Formats: sequence, C-alpha cells, structure tokens
Amino acid sequence: MNTLEFTAVVWVGSLLAGFLGALTGLGGGVVIVPLLTLVFHVDLKYAIGAALVSVIATSSGAAAAYVKEGYSNVRVGMFLEIATTIGAISGAGLALYLKANVIAIIFGVVLIYSAYTSIRPQPHDSIKQQPDRLATWLQMDSTYPTANGLESYHVSGIPLGFLLMFVAGVLSGLLGIGSGAVKVLAMDKAMKLPFKVSTTTSNFMIGVTAAASAGIYLSRGYIDPGLAMPVMIGVLMGSLTGARVLANANVRILRIVFSTVIGALALEMIYSGITGKI
Amino acid sequence: MSDTTAAQHLKADQKMDAIMGILLRSGVILAASIVLIGGILFLVRHKTPVTDYHIFSGEPSDLRSIAGIFADVKAFRARGLIQLGLLVLIATPVARVVFSLLAFMYQKDWKYVVFTAIVLGLLLYSLLGSAGA
Repeated sequence: MNTLEFTAVVWVGSLLAGFLGALTGLGGGVVIVPLLTLVFHVDLKYAIGAALVSVIATSSGAAAAYVKEGYSNVRVGMFLEIATTIGAISGAGLALYLKANVIAIIFGVVLIYSAYTSIRPQPHDSIKQQPDRLATWLQMDSTYPTANGLESYHVSGIPLGFLLMFVAGVLSGLLGIGSGAVKVLAMDKAMKLPFKVSTTTSNFMIGVTAAASAGIYLSRGYIDPGLAMPVMIGVLMGSLTGARVLANANVRILRIVFSTVIGALALEMIYSGITGKI
Repeated sequence: MSDTTAAQHLKADQKMDAIMGILLRSGVILAASIVLIGGILFLVRHKTPVTDYHIFSGEPSDLRSIAGIFADVKAFRARGLIQLGLLVLIATPVARVVFSLLAFMYQKDWKYVVFTAIVLGLLLYSLLGSAGA
C-alpha cells in the first residue's frame, strides 16, 4: 500500500468513525482508536495522538452551535475545567508509566460504559432542585431553552461533580478521548443539571480538556502528521454529517445497533490487551 | 444582586456566548484548511511506501516542538504545515479560555476571573512547558 492509498483508507474509516460517534453521542475519538489499532494495526500511541486531535476538532465545532443556542452552562463548564485540565495533565503523565496493553484494557472498559450510557433511555428532567449555597455563591444557576420557553434550574452536588470531572480528565489524558460519558455522569447525576445542558456543557469542556494533554502528546512524538491529517479531516466531516442526520431522524434503533458494534470492538480491545497483542 | 443587574448579567453572558461560538468555529475552519493544504502537498510529494505505524518510533524532533514546526513551515515542508494546522486546532480552545478571561474581567466577575486564570495557567504550563522548548 502506498501513502496515498493508506491515507484514503484511513480517511474513509475516520469518516465512518465520526459519523458513528455523532449518531451514538460517543464522539469520533472513542471510535477511531479501536479502528486504527484493531483494523489498521497502528501502534496505540499514534492512535491515541490522532484521536486526541480529532476530539478537539469535533467538540469545538459542535460546541460553537450549542453555546450560541444557549444550552451550555458556561460558568459550570469553566469552573469544572479546573478539574478536567488537572486530570488531563495527570492522565498524560500516567500514560508514561502504564504498559500499552493495560491502557488498551482501560480503554475497552471505558468504551463499554460509554456505549451503555448511549443506549440507556434519556432521563426526564422533572425534579425541581432547591437552591444550593455553593452553587449560588458560584452563580451557576441558569436557564435553558425548552419546548415551553426558557426554563430555570438549580445546580447542586458540586464537590462530587468536581471529583468525577477530575476522573474524566485523567481518562481523557490517558486514552486520548473526550470522556463525554463521564462528564455527563458528573453533571447529570451528581450535579442534577438538565440532561441537554449536561451533554452540551460536556461538549463545551472537551476541547479544553483535550488541549491540556495535546501539548504533552505532541512533545512526546505521539502526533504524526501523516496519520493525524486523514483522521482529523475524516472524523470532522463524518461528525458534521452525523449531526445533520441526527437532527432529522429518529435514530433510536440505529443507536442500539451501532452501540452494540462499538461494544464488540471494546471487548476485542480488552481481549487484545489481555493476550498482549496490543 | 438586584433584578436589573441579574438581567444585565444574563445579557452579557449571551453576548459572550455568541462571540465564543464564532471564535470556536473560525479556529476549527482555519485549522482544517491548513491541515488540508499541508495534506495535499504531503500526498503529492510522498509517493513512497507508507510509513510503518505498527511500531512506535516517535516523531522527529522538529515535529515535536512549536519552534521546530515553525521552522518546517518556513521551509515549506508538508508535514510541518499539517502540524501547524494541528497547533492552530490545539490553540482554539486555549483562545476560547483567553476570551472567557477577558469577558469575565469586563463583567468584573472576579471569582470567575480567578477560575479562568487557573485553567489558562494549566493549559499554558502544559503546552509551553512540554512543546515550547
């Protein structure tokens, strides 16, 4: 295979990964790593480097839209980015001390959890929270657009949310992913933000979290231009297409099918990690 | 906080959100364009067998640091151009944080000025501390 053919094949694969990532809500980065390592036999370090770059592209692209529509809670995001950036720098440091097969196993487990959360029915936001002292001091309470106009909400559970965000940051720095699933867990479950606010604020934070470890990856030589180029362009185009399809179709069944496929890829990664093939 | 200041606060936040959206989108478009130009140049020039990504050997030192990448771009090297596009991409969320810092300063929201400054400090520490040399 020459360079042009390899680039074309990786580009098509990344297009597909970005498309699936957007439809399932998992993000393209988390799909591209198993694709590159299991199908193209790319070393995990190069795969993680390329994935991290594509994560910044898709999350910044999507965040631009959500922020303008008024879904994302910028204050919550900004405050919690302290936890995710510290986590991401720690995670990128931790990656130096862990063997590739251990990282592959952790990746598989996180991927299975993410796939599970994407097919779980979305929770309803009916519970009215009481104002929380810390959240009031941090001016986090806000509004978001719903079918019945702007609705206000209160934020709570900040310490637990902060801790979970640190974990999300570590996983992001270690695995080169956005760890949107853990970020949503922190905001939706621990801090009781409305689901739509949680997912869009998570997206808003992913770019900054990924940027915190990207410099470390670049300096270690994990980011190869020849590989990152088709991956970044492919994932970005795929996720933009996926987002468009998502807006116009009921994708519940597609979601279940794709999440099952991604779950199978995750098991394959865990198996490869255990047998030392990665 | 009185109702009028709360309303002003909300309005300022919305304005900040709108500018932030434009900033993020422009950064991604600029980065993708540079990567694409570098990529085309790379593919035209490199008709050699594909690089072996199966075994990790790390990138050459010029592609690992900001100064090295700029030197490559000056020499019009394709891989350096792609890497510059990726640097612009990494800088996009950082620029968003810088903008947030200015916006919170403008709103005299000192709590959030401090939080944003911490995030910016961590980002610059990571970026310049590792890839700056």
